[in-house]
Amino acid sequence: MSDRHLIVLNVNGESHEALVEPRKTLLDVLRHDLGLTGTHVGCEHGVCGACTVLVDGEPVRACLMFAVQAETAEIRTVESLGQDGELSDLQRSFSEHHGLQCGFCTPGFLMLAEGFLAQRPDACREEIREAVSANLCRCTGYQTIVDAIEATATRRCHAAKKEATA
Amino acid sequence: MTPRFDGRNGRWVGASVPRREDPRLLTGRGRFVDDIQLPGMLHAAFVRSTVAHGTITGIDLSATLAVDGVVAAYTASDLDLGDIVALLDRPPEEFSPTAMPILAREKVRFTGEPVALVVARDPYSAEDGVEAAVVDYEPLRAIVSEESAFAEDAPVVHDEAPGNVLVDVSMFDTPGVDAAFEAARAGGGRVVEVVTKSGRQNALPLETRGVVASWDDRDDQLLVQMCTQVPHQVRTAMARSLRVPERTVRVTVPDMGGGFGQKCVVGREEIAVAAAVRRLNRPVKWIEDRREALTAGFLAREQRYRTLAAFDEDGRITALDVDVVCDMGAYSCYPFTAGIEPLMASAEMPSVYQVPEYRVRARAIASNKAPTAPYRGVSRPQYVMAIERVMERAARELGLDPVEIRRRNVITQFPYTGVNAITYDPGTYRESLELAEAAIRDEGWYEIRDRAAADGRHIGIGYCCFSERTGYGSGAFAKRKMAVVPGFDISEIRMDTTGSVVVTSGTMNHGQSHETTLAQIVADRLGLHLDQVKLRQGDTERIAYGWGTFASRSVTIGGSAVSLAAGKLGELLCRIAAHLLETSPDNVRLDGDGGVVQIDDPERRASFEEIADVAYLRSHLLPKDVEPTLTATASFDVPGDGTFSNATHAVVVEADPGTGQIRILRYACVEDCGVVIHPQVVDGQCRGGIAQGIAGALFEEITYAGNGEPSAASFIDYLVPTATEIPDITVTHLETPCSLTENGAKGAGEGGTIGAPAAVLNAINDALRRTGVELDTTPVHPQTVLAALDAEIHQEVSVPS
Repeated sequence: MSDRHLIVLNVNGESHEALVEPRKTLLDVLRHDLGLTGTHVGCEHGVCGACTVLVDGEPVRACLMFAVQAETAEIRTVESLGQDGELSDLQRSFSEHHGLQCGFCTPGFLMLAEGFLAQRPDACREEIREAVSANLCRCTGYQTIVDAIEATATRRCHAAKKEATA
Repeated sequence: MTPRFDGRNGRWVGASVPRREDPRLLTGRGRFVDDIQLPGMLHAAFVRSTVAHGTITGIDLSATLAVDGVVAAYTASDLDLGDIVALLDRPPEEFSPTAMPILAREKVRFTGEPVALVVARDPYSAEDGVEAAVVDYEPLRAIVSEESAFAEDAPVVHDEAPGNVLVDVSMFDTPGVDAAFEAARAGGGRVVEVVTKSGRQNALPLETRGVVASWDDRDDQLLVQMCTQVPHQVRTAMARSLRVPERTVRVTVPDMGGGFGQKCVVGREEIAVAAAVRRLNRPVKWIEDRREALTAGFLAREQRYRTLAAFDEDGRITALDVDVVCDMGAYSCYPFTAGIEPLMASAEMPSVYQVPEYRVRARAIASNKAPTAPYRGVSRPQYVMAIERVMERAARELGLDPVEIRRRNVITQFPYTGVNAITYDPGTYRESLELAEAAIRDEGWYEIRDRAAADGRHIGIGYCCFSERTGYGSGAFAKRKMAVVPGFDISEIRMDTTGSVVVTSGTMNHGQSHETTLAQIVADRLGLHLDQVKLRQGDTERIAYGWGTFASRSVTIGGSAVSLAAGKLGELLCRIAAHLLETSPDNVRLDGDGGVVQIDDPERRASFEEIADVAYLRSHLLPKDVEPTLTATASFDVPGDGTFSNATHAVVVEADPGTGQIRILRYACVEDCGVVIHPQVVDGQCRGGIAQGIAGALFEEITYAGNGEPSAASFIDYLVPTATEIPDITVTHLETPCSLTENGAKGAGEGGTIGAPAAVLNAINDALRRTGVELDTTPVHPQTVLAALDAEIHQEVSVPS
């Protein structure tokens, strides 16, 4: 497999060059070529969701996409959440609700929730639970993950209403 | 400003303070093994057996070595490593010692067993190299069940274990067992028999196993960075296998993505990788993939209990007679041995009940399946399921309410020394049962169930009342006659010149929040702000020995050790302070606010910074008999039979007559783990444990074809429950402070997993009560439920009105 392609990936607002075999997954390129190790490898067959990233705003399994397919896309990983060393509201909510234990699945759930709430800001608890069922967590029993996302949705909705009435 | 104390009574312990692990894990800055990249690092992959049982007749790695990127490939004979051997100090009729080679030699014993190691420049090439390997086998008949293991003409998995029996112990056999059964048969009592079976499961940490090993010339040391719950055990076993002094191996553990027991035994792949590092003089990484984790990782749980129980006419249990068989797979795990499941089950089977007479035979058998490791709960989910099914069966036969029969049998006076010669420390067995029942009753679930039945629906209520020995001390492990006896843990504490402390513990966090909870304990003991306490774990160079994290031991044993070490440091601070304040040591005390105060004159005080300044930078001012430095070391081992957490779980389920699927409508857990260090963390342990117990009750199972081929090699076939299958769970805390540990805490890690299978199974059987079918095997498949419901429909049709 000496056939390699020089590609440019747009990740978290920055351009990165990488020389990759066509078979190399987006997940492996993010982690090992770009050093963005916050995105984790859980199953490599698209079920567990530990590798969830946003591709043009959509939650995507980075293990099911080849890096060469992602060239024209805007990719966001967990490293893009939060600013200036401060946790985002979603990250803080995970901590407040104990929505993580070992933390291995957490970046995947954060990106799943980030993408989902952008599309469905007014989702109810059952809709959040349904969305969360896309990913696997082995530590929490999911309840506190749903709690964390629901609380974030509620806070964001309140903030948006306040802004609209101001 | 951060409040000085967040906890009740002005203490950190008891407060749900923000977890100190969270910021790095939430931002992607956690460091897991696969995140580690070293210069010049190579990547390993394993050639694995494609047959379950057979003789290796040839290995040809020439095509492998020709693959672009492949650097080396090794078989067992290339590496010449010592086997992993786990021993019990028991006679040959009770225990058959067997060995696990690092790579298979001559014979393979399960599909997926490592046969050769391929090392390449990148992981893709390493897998190409594995694909190119040619291994020939002469297949043997595979042992895939209890029946096939015990068959007269059964081939043996290990020559050293005739009849495929690894462990066979008969215990207790108290004098009145037979008489009690005769009395129950002759009088108005009952003898019930229940055969319970649990499927083979994978503990399934989401982070698979993995290692990055490298050689450091300057330290003359192999640095092994890997995810393990037991770094010191790995160091010991690895040094023995590599035949090197133990000081030349250093095991460090970065962030770990769960373990649940699977990572508390010593694996073979990491040792093979270490051997390759020594040969190649380059760092090597191996990350287990999910297929390997499901088929060739350590599995768990496959057990069968035949339980005979005698009851008198009032529903009081009078005798238990139990036969246990645990299918341990191809190899005995280090250090626990194949005795881990049967020996715990036989010792603790009477559970929370007052059982006057008891007899048990427990066996571990070898089979051609992936080997097993302890998994969260270890045999307790199974023996609790057995005895809880017995209680429900007896209740039905005697016409008693299922809660009432438990009420009549549960231990209420403590300490209680059972027929199994174990002394149970105080708990809330009966109180938790009453509270759980009250919750279900008050919410109207009994009425809902009965109304549903009138509408032809199938709703059931189930309970499970249990206790759990947490933090096994060396006494408990020694009773099992283990050759390697875990038990104590050590902690070292060190204060710097700014009055901050670093605490080292031999326990090993992998999600349990030790960086927060152990620091809370130390902060309280010394009167420090939480931010001034840093916990370090997972480095064999930092502490002489540690037993890691398993068996709900970290807060009971590790938490006691850090508390004792902090106490010793406190005494040292007081001695120096007394000298500086020119008073006697008994006239000073820690002031709970980062200093030492003079008792008869509270205006006189020395802060920790002032004391540390003298201890390190102006040591000429120290008392004559005090050495410079502010460090203390302490160890702790649970005395006697240890301490028991307890809980009652109550579950309401509905069986869907269309699909046979079981939906959980309500789940309540009432638990007692003694003093709660961090309520939110304990809730999280309960809920996460319950989710894993539900997984075992309803979903997850590793099955094998008749030829030993595993049928679940991906998440398509291994059904891990998601957020839509696991319900919200209420957790209520009772708190019986433990007198055997330093902080009054008992373990909380495993309880959820222990109680859930029995509670769910009992609820399903209640839902099916009109069908006459009782299920005693987990996981409960939808088709089994459907068949039971269909049977009821046919009964209704065939019965004339």
